[in-house]
Amino acid sequence: MLTDARLVAGKDLRLEFRSRVTTTQVLPFVVAIVLLFGFAFEPDADLLVEVTPGLFWMTVLFASMLSIQRSFGIESADGVRDGLRLSGMNPSGIFLGKAAAVFVQLIAVEVVLGFTVTILYGAPIDGLGVLIVTALAATAALAGAGTMFGVLAAGLHGRETLLPLLFLPAVAPVLIAASQAHGLALAGDSGSGLRWSALLALFAVVYVSFGALAFGPLLEES
Amino acid sequence: MTAIPPVDAPGAPAHTGSTATRYLGFVVAGGLALLVALGLFISPPSIEQGDATRIMYIHVPSATTMYYGFGLAGFASAMYLWKKTEFWDLLAGAAAEVGLVFCGLALATGSIWGKPTWGSYWQWDARLTSTLLLFVLFSGYLAVRALQMDTAVRAKRAAFVALFAMIDLPIVHYSVDWWRSLHQEPTLARRDPEIDGMLLFSLMTGMLVFALLFTWLLIHRFRVEFLARRHETKGLADAIATRRAEVHLDQSHRSPDVLDASTGAMETTP
Repeated sequence: MLTDARLVAGKDLRLEFRSRVTTTQVLPFVVAIVLLFGFAFEPDADLLVEVTPGLFWMTVLFASMLSIQRSFGIESADGVRDGLRLSGMNPSGIFLGKAAAVFVQLIAVEVVLGFTVTILYGAPIDGLGVLIVTALAATAALAGAGTMFGVLAAGLHGRETLLPLLFLPAVAPVLIAASQAHGLALAGDSGSGLRWSALLALFAVVYVSFGALAFGPLLEES
Repeated sequence: MTAIPPVDAPGAPAHTGSTATRYLGFVVAGGLALLVALGLFISPPSIEQGDATRIMYIHVPSATTMYYGFGLAGFASAMYLWKKTEFWDLLAGAAAEVGLVFCGLALATGSIWGKPTWGSYWQWDARLTSTLLLFVLFSGYLAVRALQMDTAVRAKRAAFVALFAMIDLPIVHYSVDWWRSLHQEPTLARRDPEIDGMLLFSLMTGMLVFALLFTWLLIHRFRVEFLARRHETKGLADAIATRRAEVHLDQSHRSPDVLDASTGAMETTP
């Protein structure tokens, strides 16, 4: 299973590296959102710093939608999905591989986003350890749930609208926990921040396990 | 999933009502009338909240009925993935749809009650927020069910969405609960409920009547969907039969070597 996961993740990341969609489209998109939030809230430094954790994770949610759609978009051409089905690879392995590729791309996005909000909003970088643990756990949860809903919406008419409707409310707990952990880390309360991070790790385990089990039957008929 | 038989197959119901559901309907109508009488006239206003408390006779039963609906939808979805029969798929869809109606009713009545009690229609309270999130989650589930595609594929995808929602439910609940909580603590769950006898009786009547109303609506919604699917099948079967009849009519007027539409083979008339 892990060999299959490594193969699929390698394929997706290689495709991403060669097509550069994340660097040429997703990264400018997140910078645009940060800029637009600035316009919406007036460039009042105090307010922007206060809402930075929420804005940061909302932006990550939007970016994750793009990465997930892209992750299944690359399978739709030339019957690649049929190829995956017929490859004899373990479906849970395919799921883990695709989720891992989304995870790596989102982490890259979060690093750039972190620098952008630090520069544009003047947000401090405190509690770096908690921030890293939070980012890893929340991103794993988003990649797990997103990949599950991605295959569910794959090949359907109206998948572009269906995916946000299914995915965004389902990961609302991730947004709550990640924003809380992020806010507490910035406020210097690392202990409470870590408790939220632990909760995020639990969400990640639940979402990834569910996705790994559901992916096979969903891929069969996508 | 097994193939859907035509609508006029022996034993298939022709409409959504039956003797049992008609009796149940009368009981529900009587129960609702009794609930209105109890809620608006017979039960006294509460000491703390006055007349505002009367909406609880609808609000609390709506919320509990919502849980029956979503719980049944989750259970039926799991059963569908196991048994792959049309019954469980239809039951899951009907339960989720009726559950969503009661979820909307619980949200609306809670909001109306909140205005005089909290001073605003909405509070970012844990239970309110997680109920609204539940409403959106199951709206997504119904959106999947509304897709025009093969019923077996759609049923499987919908079942996974419902199961995910059921797994997400405690996660949503606890995360929102830790986030903030203003909602009144459950009154009935206490060992020594601080509630007047008549108020408690009205509330219990409301719960019973709403449970019966839920059952009545569920049966009807299930049968409507059952018949609608057969109607679709029948429409297609009728169209094929009409086309075949046209081809046969054509053949009787044509020269040899016409294509038999029913078999796709060339045949020669003598």
